[in-house]
Amino acid sequence: MSYRSSVEILTEWDIVAARQLGRNEAKEVGFGTVDQARITTAISELARNIYLYAGKGKIEIERISEGGKYGITIIASDEGPGIPDVRKVMEDGFSTSGGLGAGMPGVKRLMDTFKIDTVVGEGTVIKATKWIR
Amino acid sequence: MNLRIPILKLNDCLIVSIQWELDDQTALQFQEDLLTKLHETSARGVVIDLTPIDFIDSFIAKVLGDVISMSGLMGAKVVITGIQPAVAITLIELGIRLEDVMTALDLENGLEKLQRELEA
Ligand SMILES: Nc1ncnc2c1ncn2[C@@H]1O[C@H](COP(=O)(O)OP(=O)(O)OP(=O)(O)O)[C@@H](O)[C@H]1O
Ligand SMILES: [Mg+2]
Repeated sequence: MSYRSSVEILTEWDIVAARQLGRNEAKEVGFGTVDQARITTAISELARNIYLYAGKGKIEIERISEGGKYGITIIASDEGPGIPDVRKVMEDGFSTSGGLGAGMPGVKRLMDTFKIDTVVGEGTVIKATKWIR
Repeated sequence: MNLRIPILKLNDCLIVSIQWELDDQTALQFQEDLLTKLHETSARGVVIDLTPIDFIDSFIAKVLGDVISMSGLMGAKVVITGIQPAVAITLIELGIRLEDVMTALDLENGLEKLQRELEA
């Protein structure tokens, strides 16, 4: 059984809503304060990327469990332009918007697993999971 | 919804205590307000206290970094105080190094540090 909640990302305010949802879920699942901050930050990065580069999309938070372990998966999906060179965007400092280019590589470090599916012209789906240690 | 962050003046310093989660607009408004206030008051130092802040993402980090550089251009020194352990850890994992940024544990220490810097 898994429980999913979601926030549509349409405006800047939805970024705030998504990270608040994430923090609440992380707290309820039982993550400590540092992991709560990691999860909140990761959601903020993914939600802002959706808002900036795809215009709109969705952040879903899934509670997961496996063999007595509990965790959270963040699913960030959009039907935006897609990412032509995934390797590039995973490099620290790469940005097409004058940002720090810290978002994508940062999310990968903040979470335990990170998976990106993207097709140019169709959109992007990013899944990132954190387990309670 | 768009509350502004209050900026207080104490002698030749400005004091900012960020009390709630920053959305993008509030962060950008703060940047502008602080620079305007620096210009109006000719303050030489700024303490930004982040004690209640429980996460900082790359956008807020960029705004903070920019505020510090811009204040420097205007001749003011900035001290950041009250960074929580979880915030420090996530900032480093994000790959953000607030290098050359003066920091202190809390507002009181921050003000002392700033005074020493300004007297030096
Ligand atoms: N959902 C997305 N759709 C299309 N392109 C994306 C998406 N997410 C990220 N990108 C591309 O990947 C690049 C790197 O993203 P990343 O979040 O690492 O940095 P940034 O957003 O440019 O800056 P920062 O996040 O540090 O403010 C972006 O500049 C953008 O070109
Ligand atoms: Mg980004």
